[in-house]
Amino acid sequence: MTRSTSLSHAGRALGRPSSSGFLQSWLPRLVLAPSVAISLFFVYGFMLWTFVLSLTNSRMLPSYDFVGFAQYGRLMANERWWVASTNLVIFGGLFVVICLVLGAFLAILLDQRIRREGALRTIYLYPMALSFIVTGVVWKWLLNPGLGLQAMVRGWGFESFTFDWLVDPDMAVYTLVIAAVWQASGFVMALFLAGLRGIDDSIIKAAQLDGGSLPRIYWRVVIPCLRPVVFSAVMILAHIAIKSFDLVVALTGGGPGYATDLPATFMYTHAFTRAQVGLGSASAMLMLGGVLAILIPYLYSELRSRKNG
Amino acid sequence: MHASTRCASPRKTALALATGLAASLTLTAAQAGDVEVLHWWTSGGEARAANVLKELMEAEGHTWEDFAVAGGGGETAMTVLKSRAMSGNPPSAAQIKGPEIQEWGELGLLGDLDAVAEAQDWQALLPETVAEVMRHDGHYVAVPVNVHRVNWLWANPEVLEDAGVEMPTTLDELFAAEEPLRAAGYIPLAHGGQAWQDATIFEDIVLAEGGSDFYRRALVELDPDALGGEQMVEALSTFKRLRELMDDDMSGRDWNIATSMVIEGDAAMQLMGDWAKGEFTAAGLTAGEDYLCAPAPGTASVFTFNIDSLAMFRVSDEADREAQQDLARLVLEPTFQEAFNLAKGSIPARPDLDMSEFDRCAQQSLADFQRTAEEGGLVPSMAHGMAVPAAVQGAIFDVVTNYFNDSDMEAEEAAQRMVNTAQAIL
Repeated sequence: MTRSTSLSHAGRALGRPSSSGFLQSWLPRLVLAPSVAISLFFVYGFMLWTFVLSLTNSRMLPSYDFVGFAQYGRLMANERWWVASTNLVIFGGLFVVICLVLGAFLAILLDQRIRREGALRTIYLYPMALSFIVTGVVWKWLLNPGLGLQAMVRGWGFESFTFDWLVDPDMAVYTLVIAAVWQASGFVMALFLAGLRGIDDSIIKAAQLDGGSLPRIYWRVVIPCLRPVVFSAVMILAHIAIKSFDLVVALTGGGPGYATDLPATFMYTHAFTRAQVGLGSASAMLMLGGVLAILIPYLYSELRSRKNG
Repeated sequence: MHASTRCASPRKTALALATGLAASLTLTAAQAGDVEVLHWWTSGGEARAANVLKELMEAEGHTWEDFAVAGGGGETAMTVLKSRAMSGNPPSAAQIKGPEIQEWGELGLLGDLDAVAEAQDWQALLPETVAEVMRHDGHYVAVPVNVHRVNWLWANPEVLEDAGVEMPTTLDELFAAEEPLRAAGYIPLAHGGQAWQDATIFEDIVLAEGGSDFYRRALVELDPDALGGEQMVEALSTFKRLRELMDDDMSGRDWNIATSMVIEGDAAMQLMGDWAKGEFTAAGLTAGEDYLCAPAPGTASVFTFNIDSLAMFRVSDEADREAQQDLARLVLEPTFQEAFNLAKGSIPARPDLDMSEFDRCAQQSLADFQRTAEEGGLVPSMAHGMAVPAAVQGAIFDVVTNYFNDSDMEAEEAAQRMVNTAQAIL
């Protein structure tokens, strides 16, 4: 250590950088350069390309016949796009909120120094190990009125019991929420549990000495301490919600009709199976815009307040 | 090269030798070319059928490069094909059908099969409606492999007998069969609630209510007067009435599950194309005895076709071009037509074959194919991508499936929406 410092000092004293100093300053950049170049090209380059395509009248194959924002106009006039967007708001909103509340609640219960905590934690976390395709297929069977829950309860003698959300165009989008929450809430619980374990015991003890009741301590002391966890959880859940594709395909196939279409499935259908690459690109750009509109203000406020704090 | 020509005279013999060598090389190449065929005949029977073609090609001395892409009705295969075509390296032949052939043709990527067509006399061999699909700009660019009939009604005879119902031949008879079938505890009509299946029965109803001329005007030419007219509104109302014949759990069900409901005797009938026969055959049932087939009610004089075809891409290499032409010829030759269609459940694309090996449904199908081709009842299937480009088809699917599933939407509104979306895309 000392030797290399003195060497580089010597090099600087001679007025030209030593070869090891040169390597030291350039090696990290050289090593990172390929991955930076690759992500610049494959992520941002293709985003740009998608934007360019969204301004063209591309149909089956990309063409460069520019038509301005006509594809966006057609998208706005497309009723199915509005169904898909509304569904994303309903699904994304409910999914994130329910997962957060349920995850935090489960984590607090698990944090009460109960026995067999490890086993319980594994049970709750396990759904995360499944792919959305598996979750979708299982819930498709469970929610099918003729096979699953409804048939079972009716079999017990409650003939008037009805639970047919899966085949009801107005309610089908909520079945997506049920399946997705089942899958992801255990993971949110694990995040919160880690956060809870990180809180200094003495803070809670101090609050107890001040005479705070347990719910009040959680509400006023513990949960505010978990703000960074909420931040990560929202980030992860939001991107799961927006890119949800496989769950829809497996659980409802976008049906009944196209009642459970999401922007991701809309984009895929139009760009790849209906030979409307231009329209598909326009919808992809709007999805990107939607993600940025939510993420940028949130990132900004979170990172700024952390810097201030 | 340049240098060798300049000092050619002292080496005349060498040059002559080289020319001779080159000539002999082209000669052998002209006999044996390469064909790369992109297809999605990947299920057991289909793969065996495709293999017949491979063996025939190899018997001619050509090399067959199999480029099978499995998955969902060819969507994956089409995506692969697009990326290959974009990179300037398309396969020599690809399974493309219907109006998509025209789209590829407009891109100027397809080769020309006129020589084969002339030698084999396709003009006489193929019905004009079919030949039209295979041509782009007056030239043959694709060769038909088989013909599927879409407007079929399949039924379980035991169930019909148990309920005392005859095989319905009109829509009225179909609706009249509901009561006795329900009373006997059966689901009258098995169906899967997926967009393409909804569209399949929708086009059966349009044909039954309006006949082939109306169908052609509305769903092939997209005439707004027909698409949004009184007759369409009526057809849409009848279409929605079919829900009464179905069960509540159909949403998202695959077509073969619906077929197995008929096989197992839970449901009486199903409206589906003749690929359903594969399911019946796999269950060990015999056509005409263990299961019945009939034209969809009210459509006996019509034949909605769904034709698989191989489109040929333009290739520069002379030998490969020859191999491509041989491929087109072999596809229409009786050996392949018979072997392939027996395995696939469809009927041969050329109507002059001996049908004794085929089952009763296929024989009726071929007879109807010839009859309707002469009488003008032969129409392309909208639901199976034979009538309109994919974008329009998708828009019609959206309206049809949404209308079918939304109890609040009126038939007038659905008809109007079809007109609007079809025009917005064209």
